[in-house]
Amino acid sequence: MNRRRLLSGTALVLFTASSAPSRAGTIAGALPWAPGAAAPPRPVVPGPWHFFTPAEGRTVEAIVDRIIPPDPDGPGARDAGCAVFIDRQLAGPFGRAEGLYDHGPFVTGTKQQGPQSRLDPATQYRGALRAIDAYSAQHHDGRPFVDLAAADQDAVIGAIEDGSLPIEDVVTKDFWTMLLKNTRQGFFADPVYGGNRDMAAWKWIGFPGARYDYSDWIDRHNEPYPHAPIGIAEAPLWRPAASK
Amino acid sequence: MAHGLSEAGLDVIAFERGPWRDTAQDFPPTYAPDEYRYRVRHELFLRPAQMTFTFRNNPSQTALPIRDWGAFMLGNGVGGGGLHWNAEMWRFEPSQFMLKTHLTERYGAKFIPAGMTIQDWGVTYDELEPHYDRFEYLCGTAGTAGNLRGAIQPGGNPFEGPRSRPYPTPAQKQPFNATLFAKAAREMGHQPFPQPSGNMSQPYTNPLGVTLGPCTFCGYCEWFGCGNYSKASPQTTILPVLVKQPGFTARDNCEVLRIVLDAGGKRATGVVFVDTDGEEWEQPADLVLCCAFTPFNVQLLMLSGVGEIYDPAAKRGNVGRNFTHQTVSTATAFFDPATHRFNPFVASGAIGMCIDDFNGDNFDHGPLGFVGGGYMGQVQTNGRPIETTPVPAGTPTWGAKWKAAVKQNYNSSVYSGSGVHGSFYSYDDVFLDLDPTYKDRFGRPLMRMTIDFHENEHKMSAFLTDRYAEILRAMGATRVDKLPRTGHYDVTDYQTSHLCGGAVMGAEPSTSVVNRYQQSWDVPNLFVIGASSFPQNAGYNPTTTVGALTYWTLDAIVNQYLKAPGPLVQA
Repeated sequence: MNRRRLLSGTALVLFTASSAPSRAGTIAGALPWAPGAAAPPRPVVPGPWHFFTPAEGRTVEAIVDRIIPPDPDGPGARDAGCAVFIDRQLAGPFGRAEGLYDHGPFVTGTKQQGPQSRLDPATQYRGALRAIDAYSAQHHDGRPFVDLAAADQDAVIGAIEDGSLPIEDVVTKDFWTMLLKNTRQGFFADPVYGGNRDMAAWKWIGFPGARYDYSDWIDRHNEPYPHAPIGIAEAPLWRPAASK
Repeated sequence: MAHGLSEAGLDVIAFERGPWRDTAQDFPPTYAPDEYRYRVRHELFLRPAQMTFTFRNNPSQTALPIRDWGAFMLGNGVGGGGLHWNAEMWRFEPSQFMLKTHLTERYGAKFIPAGMTIQDWGVTYDELEPHYDRFEYLCGTAGTAGNLRGAIQPGGNPFEGPRSRPYPTPAQKQPFNATLFAKAAREMGHQPFPQPSGNMSQPYTNPLGVTLGPCTFCGYCEWFGCGNYSKASPQTTILPVLVKQPGFTARDNCEVLRIVLDAGGKRATGVVFVDTDGEEWEQPADLVLCCAFTPFNVQLLMLSGVGEIYDPAAKRGNVGRNFTHQTVSTATAFFDPATHRFNPFVASGAIGMCIDDFNGDNFDHGPLGFVGGGYMGQVQTNGRPIETTPVPAGTPTWGAKWKAAVKQNYNSSVYSGSGVHGSFYSYDDVFLDLDPTYKDRFGRPLMRMTIDFHENEHKMSAFLTDRYAEILRAMGATRVDKLPRTGHYDVTDYQTSHLCGGAVMGAEPSTSVVNRYQQSWDVPNLFVIGASSFPQNAGYNPTTTVGALTYWTLDAIVNQYLKAPGPLVQA
């Protein structure tokens, strides 16, 4: 009994589903490590829309710029790149609801049970943008959202917020929650994702970004932090002088 | 557990549904500080497509699947929740382990609300103390002792149980808001102390010879892996030693589907697991240790036919019974920007000053009409702006007014996500069972959570949040917005990831799934380890108690079970 076999023996093949190489691994004797296994984020490259049509892109720029409007003190969401951020997210795993639970039946439940849409975010955005223009046209002499005055745009956004703007197969309030979150994410996320351009939102509130070491600051109380933000893939100091 | 058993000479194979995780490939400091990737897109977490739950507030409703996470987060990969936690390292108070006996003796049985199913643990604080100590020294815990072998110590938590020796490292330095909180609390007659922290206050080499570095207060703890090797986690405390241990093997990306029992159902003969090709394998074993996260331990028991599933109508069965979470509330305090600058980004998962004056039964509940409590404090975990841009209640959520309020308050408000960390006691109508409709990717029924807050927890939350707000006002806030826990349990509203219970421990097989050593009453060569053993949840973060219970059980296996395999407690 001084050396019991605990969990051992020869594994037994019971069922074969595929002959593809397995990603399941066995680790023993040493920590597994391979060079180049890290996966830094891929920087968003500015350019044409990946998901939105040009008309949709203009509408989203107009919407986000009312949600976070420009003012003399800080950037608006359009100039910060929030629409580009949302476009790239909708073109990727987020837009496809990748990794989320997608088995039916789809039943609308209580607020506490959370969103139950069968439509992925990309499809919800497409339908919502169509509905927003239809609602704008219906209430404002046939004009699409981008052609409305700011106050009228705010009224349309208010109708998304209070759920009175109908979107086919979508719970409008759930879409609003997603739109508001995505806009703020684009505004405040690391600029590597296409929003928060030039770290403008971070500079505006005084957030130093990805600095990662405040050892000298933990017990300096009530003092202004003096350093500009840095991002994962950029810092003002890293830029060539000519482009400053 | 795996390390202790392999040291005892056993061959150990560990199975993990997710991948191997390590600092260099999963969260190196060059890109670890990425709020969007880790906090919002949940890079290190289980995906609901892999496994989720259905949820309802009460048995009259139809449970619906949790399609994306909200109220709690589940780790995925080697290290589990110990990778992404804040490292808030609390011991439970001694009376917690005798909760029903204690409350009955002090207030009488009638004081316990109808339907509340709290019970004693079957193990005492004194029995667990050496194991608490061992876990704290493994993790390098930073703190100030409040009770050394019965002698109350200045600056520590006077309500804690006696500890056999001081914390292994001194308490963390404190930021501005925590310092103001401690001063205000002290002046009000409370007894503030630094939160015990698994984020290092100095370099530390643990008893296994693994070294952690000092915390740099980067503000990326909870939801993130630590790129600095300064947060206690399996990666930074034990895995480098464990993988070299002869007899130890880990299999990652392998999901255990069920525990295999012999024909009589009284002995586990191994487990069936599936690899990423969808191939099912059977792994024979002499001893099976279920060490998954709380609801997955319970699910494995249910899917394997170990024990009887709880039926709330018939009041039969114990598997799934006494499931609990946490009753967290907070208050946001706004200060004059001309005089207060908090630099909220200078943060760590577990720096802050707390009080325990309103936790457990540290105060007289007699006139208050509820049981339970929680610690409260200023714990500055982050100033990450997607998550943390506090604005006064009533501010529009968008437009120029929202934007002005964000700018005004970002650096002059204090917001503590778990400002008030309240208990969640157990009830006969809060439980886990198997969903009749929704299935996982292998066709197995999802676990169904039936959970809601009760009047007792609402009363407790209102009382605790009021006490907390008083202290924030005394700090000099110009405005305090209270956020007590009200209404129904909401699966979209993050509280903590402290799901507890469902396979609870106890002295009697009639009211527990495992005995005082976390050994199955039904299948003696099966141990079920984790917060699934908690009969109810206290007003603390649970991990240190999980660590203590694990060492307690390891000790029982090595020193008792292996010498005479069989039930360690006679039913």
